[in-house]
Amino acid sequence: MTATLAPSGSSVALDWRRALLWGGICALSLVSVSLIGLPVGMNKRILIEPVLSLGYLFLLWIPLVFGYVATTVVVLEGVEARKSGVADLLAGLTAGLMGGIGLTLLMVGLDTVNIRKPLVNWSPQLFRLLTFERGLEFGIPVWLGICAGLGLVGAVLHQLPAVARRVMSWVLFGVMAVAILEAVIDDLAEGFHLEWLTDALYYKKGGTEGLTVTSAVVLALVLAALPVVTGGRVKAAVDHYRDAPSEDRRRTSLVLFGAIAVACVGLPMILGGIVNELLANVGLFLLLALGLNIVVGLAGLLDLGYVAFFAVGGYTTSVLTSSNSPFFAPEWHFGIALLFVVVMAAVAGLLIGAPVIRMRGDYLAIVTLGFGEIVRLLFLSDWLKPYFGGSQGITKVNPVDIGPFKVQGSDPRSVFYLVLFFCALAIYVSWRLQGSRLGRAWMATREDEQVAEAMGINTVNAKLMAFVVGATMAAFSGAVLAAKVGSVFPKSFEILVSIIILVVVIVGGMGNIAGVMVGSLVLIGILGGPRQPGLLQEFQSYKLLIYGALLVFMMLKRPEGLVPSARRSRELHQDEYLQDAWLGDEAETEGDQGAPS
Amino acid sequence: MTGVMRSRSARRVTGVDRFLTLIRVVMISVIIIGFLAFVAQQIDPDNPFARWRNPGARGLTGDQFKGLLISGLSQGSMYGLIALGYSMVYGVLGFINFAHGEVFMVGAMSGFITSDKLHAAGWWESNFLLSLTVVTLIAIVTSTFTAVITERIAYRPLRNSPRLIPLITSIGVSFFIQNAVMGLLGPATKSYPKLPEWLTTVRSVDLGRVFVWIAGILVVAGLLWYWWRGGSREKDPTADAGELPVSESELPIGEKVGQVAATLGISVPALRWLVSVWIALLLLGFLVPGKVLIFAITGTKITVVTVAAVSMAGLWYLVERTKTGRAMRAVAEDKEIAALMGINVNRIIVVTFAVGGTMAGIGGILWGLLFRSVHHMTGFLPGIKAFTAAVVGGIGNMGGAMAGGLFLGSAESVAPLVLMEPLGIPGVSQLKDAVAFTVLVLVLLFRPAGLFGERLSQEDRA
Amino acid sequence: MSLLEIRGLQVTFGGLDALSSLDFHVNDGEIVSVIGPNGAGKTTFFNAISGMVPPTEGEILFDGESVLGLDPNQITEMGIARTFQNVRLFPNMTVVENLMVSQHCRTSQLFVGALFQTKAFKKEEREIRERAEEILAFFGTRLTGYRLDQPAFALSYANRRRLEIARAMATQPRLLLLDEPVAGMNPMETAELTGLIGRLRDEWGFTIVFIEHDMKVVRDVSDRVVVLDHGVPIAEGSYESVSTDPDVIEAYLGRPLESRKDRR
Repeated sequence: MTATLAPSGSSVALDWRRALLWGGICALSLVSVSLIGLPVGMNKRILIEPVLSLGYLFLLWIPLVFGYVATTVVVLEGVEARKSGVADLLAGLTAGLMGGIGLTLLMVGLDTVNIRKPLVNWSPQLFRLLTFERGLEFGIPVWLGICAGLGLVGAVLHQLPAVARRVMSWVLFGVMAVAILEAVIDDLAEGFHLEWLTDALYYKKGGTEGLTVTSAVVLALVLAALPVVTGGRVKAAVDHYRDAPSEDRRRTSLVLFGAIAVACVGLPMILGGIVNELLANVGLFLLLALGLNIVVGLAGLLDLGYVAFFAVGGYTTSVLTSSNSPFFAPEWHFGIALLFVVVMAAVAGLLIGAPVIRMRGDYLAIVTLGFGEIVRLLFLSDWLKPYFGGSQGITKVNPVDIGPFKVQGSDPRSVFYLVLFFCALAIYVSWRLQGSRLGRAWMATREDEQVAEAMGINTVNAKLMAFVVGATMAAFSGAVLAAKVGSVFPKSFEILVSIIILVVVIVGGMGNIAGVMVGSLVLIGILGGPRQPGLLQEFQSYKLLIYGALLVFMMLKRPEGLVPSARRSRELHQDEYLQDAWLGDEAETEGDQGAPS
Repeated sequence: MTGVMRSRSARRVTGVDRFLTLIRVVMISVIIIGFLAFVAQQIDPDNPFARWRNPGARGLTGDQFKGLLISGLSQGSMYGLIALGYSMVYGVLGFINFAHGEVFMVGAMSGFITSDKLHAAGWWESNFLLSLTVVTLIAIVTSTFTAVITERIAYRPLRNSPRLIPLITSIGVSFFIQNAVMGLLGPATKSYPKLPEWLTTVRSVDLGRVFVWIAGILVVAGLLWYWWRGGSREKDPTADAGELPVSESELPIGEKVGQVAATLGISVPALRWLVSVWIALLLLGFLVPGKVLIFAITGTKITVVTVAAVSMAGLWYLVERTKTGRAMRAVAEDKEIAALMGINVNRIIVVTFAVGGTMAGIGGILWGLLFRSVHHMTGFLPGIKAFTAAVVGGIGNMGGAMAGGLFLGSAESVAPLVLMEPLGIPGVSQLKDAVAFTVLVLVLLFRPAGLFGERLSQEDRA
Repeated sequence: MSLLEIRGLQVTFGGLDALSSLDFHVNDGEIVSVIGPNGAGKTTFFNAISGMVPPTEGEILFDGESVLGLDPNQITEMGIARTFQNVRLFPNMTVVENLMVSQHCRTSQLFVGALFQTKAFKKEEREIRERAEEILAFFGTRLTGYRLDQPAFALSYANRRRLEIARAMATQPRLLLLDEPVAGMNPMETAELTGLIGRLRDEWGFTIVFIEHDMKVVRDVSDRVVVLDHGVPIAEGSYESVSTDPDVIEAYLGRPLESRKDRR
């Protein structure tokens, strides 16, 4: 950490080194993002017709963020914080401008040399996109201006009062969300017969055409006015909820939960096929994530081969219900097959769990990863082809008959309800187990295994139990997948799946059911699963890049996730928590000021 | 507090233990039966035991077997080079750098770009050796840079967090690099330009003679080293032997050995190991009938193994014999104390990553020479296998990493045909990757500390 | 009769005897302190009893039954609980959860109870919570009230030590092994805890073995003192007899210079 102690006072000299460093990184990021192909690849997706596409958005946020970061004041405890002033604006401007210079160099380079051989995105399309199809003399000044301006805005953000900053980010975020969620909003509006709203809001029908400039401005104004109207009542409500005694809090949670449940059951009725399909995928991965949440979040076992259980569930269901299973095709009903799915999942959980249970945490991760691959390779191999069909997999899995309903892939709504049922079950089980004897044993094992054992917990059994419960949830998910797609292939069970679920759990908030729900809704819904497209289908080829970046970013900046569990955030921010606790404690520590450990 | 350790011998046998024993027994019997069936089929393919599981048994010819072994060893030496990076980072920082495979891929990729450009310019053909040097240097620089920059951005801020956090981060880094490379260079598989013919031709090499030569060189080098060290003993404060005022003839043999080892600057077990290797080389060279040891090897594979061996020796020298290496070992043992002793821990960690990156870069070029094709997922499986190799050899132990790599490489290439096909498993080559993972599981079940023992810091051993 | 009986205990780490031919016994309701210089093998002794380190040789009988080869959790279930020298709580669990989880081996509910919220499950939960609060109340008001739901790491050092003892009590043991219970505490806290150790036996009926360096505590509460040095017991008896034993003084202070010369 190089936090130089600048002399206090507002007339500080500009820290050129820092500004230039961040400017350099800004330029580098802009150029790499361009060359990785994000702008060109996503240019088709219009957010605000005709001024902003998703592709341009990927370039625009960079100078803004770096302008902001370059002028963030490091506040050290006990040292008077440096006052920010004009110098900071200059620094932000510099950082942005350097980004612009980076893009300029890129444009000039694109114009003069051709190195498309290794760099596939060194293309005329990129050049046209960057120069707005009007040549260098237009593109260069415009980008220099835009980047410097955004850098400046980033720096100005520090000068604004916190409220203004919050309103701005809320407006920006809101407008982007409305633009990105076009398909969903369209669909919803149609269901509620509110087509006039979407007609006014969006440029054209079709789900990917973007807002119009007017509607974007109006929307921004409305969103900006919203906090004024509510007058902080939302925050007050949240605070009230947080400070309420646990009894009240539980009641509020139940009401909230009931509302969500009603929405879950009711909404699909009025939603169209695409959104229902999306929601079904979200549910499928939520189910997986809930299971992994028990294994990783509660019991602290980093299982990277989690996909193996998903595969076991899928294959068990397929073998038992398909008419096309090569070796044994009893064509049972889905419900009966489910019983076997549970049994097979438990067996697989024990088989994979037992050898790894005594290993160090990180070895466990790699060995389970190995098991995950072994399982996939076995399903793929010629050796087991007579039983599982090798790379052709098992097709013609019968649709699920539940009385008058039939669950099959062509009817996404039915799949969604099936998934919903399992998710509700998994959520209930997770919730109940968390607060039970078993959940406490898992947590204790995660905290300190040796001590847990010395306190009478059979840690081996506890861990195995976590494996089995997690495996069962994953296997249910696999069973639903088989019924949904109507077939299973080894390709659906790559290691990638494990990693993406891990990202979902971590981004959402490890050890927290609500967090996992939010995580899968946001990630799977918008970005999509390993093979399932999300709302932004343009992301398809960059999905994994974004997942990777997101994982790193979350671990560095917000390891507790979007919706942290109280416990987890305490663990990761012990210092701050301790400070608060001690400050609040000071009045009543009688004889307690013993040597701090 | 006394370290809390646990041995399995004194525990009551639980269900899990019984299950693990069962797994061990089953695995071992499968391996033994497979091997016996292999032997039976080698003796006579029509042997009923050989035909029992595998009616179509034909048996392997000696040359086929040798070919498997050689390609296994050459691939294994590459795994070994990558494994060094895992092993060193684990030794120093105590976490698995999942993204190290990607560092290797970046090396192979930049090697491809450079060699492709050189090929286009015509230098690849006209001046191959120079081009190869340039390509290797560029690959090393890119890999090292990637490794160092990852450390700076992703791992340094997490220095003191729970150990699984950097592991998860490195998974993210791995995905990020893979897909960034795919975005930059496209998803297509890239082929290295054609290698000159003198490198790719198959040569028959009499390993017996090579062994004898190596043994000879070892002796000569050892003697020269001994005389040089013996003469300049006063200059070297680390040499702690040779101060006994007793004449050498009166020394018991054990002490004499110790003295020789000290003069050579290596430990007694290392000396013993060296001598036994030497004897084994000589025995192999002289006693095994000439025909058995004549191998048909392509020049590429010879190059790969030699380069790997030389890099390994260089690394050994760096870690065991230089000031930086000493600092590295100190940091691996205890970061805080090392810092108190005036070692710049951050710098040493960067050096560790850089050295790992260098080795991975060399590995990447060797991959390019060996397989001549590379794409953005090239680093993933070799990365995991190299980690397996590091665990097999005992993580934190560099010699172990190399040996583990060789072991894993040859197991992976030999086991499908020697152990699995005789058992009647069809399509065994598909299961090559599964063999590597099975080796990992087996090693962790039987010897969690690896075949050659771990070298970890105090806290990591707990 | 003796509650804990140890005969010929030997623990070896890589050829080094941490404990050798150690005989030891504790009677029901006794308070025994184990003292000795640093590195004498006291903690190893506790680790061997609680099953965290396998003895190389010897016999450990608890209430007439051998505990050798049992897992630590089985030993805890038999009725031996311990604390740790360097406090090892479950730092991110709340105070009351720390105590509830320690009653694991005294409870039995598994999936069914938790999922269907059966009567038995609710009763058990209520009981262990009440029991936890009862134990915590033993330490005065320091661990009760709002502190019940605070994470353990937020407690002051002394309170963490108290919580560790409370957690050991929650496993409902007959024998409590306390590893330096007052280490790092100030004189006031030490005095208070000294009193507590006595009350632990009188009010809760625990038999107690504790390791301590603070001789005042040892003198005040122990019925019997055992001195270990280099893994071997060198003296045993009342505090008075032990504190004047020349071997003990030698172990702690070393041999006077003259006598060492004499022996040569």
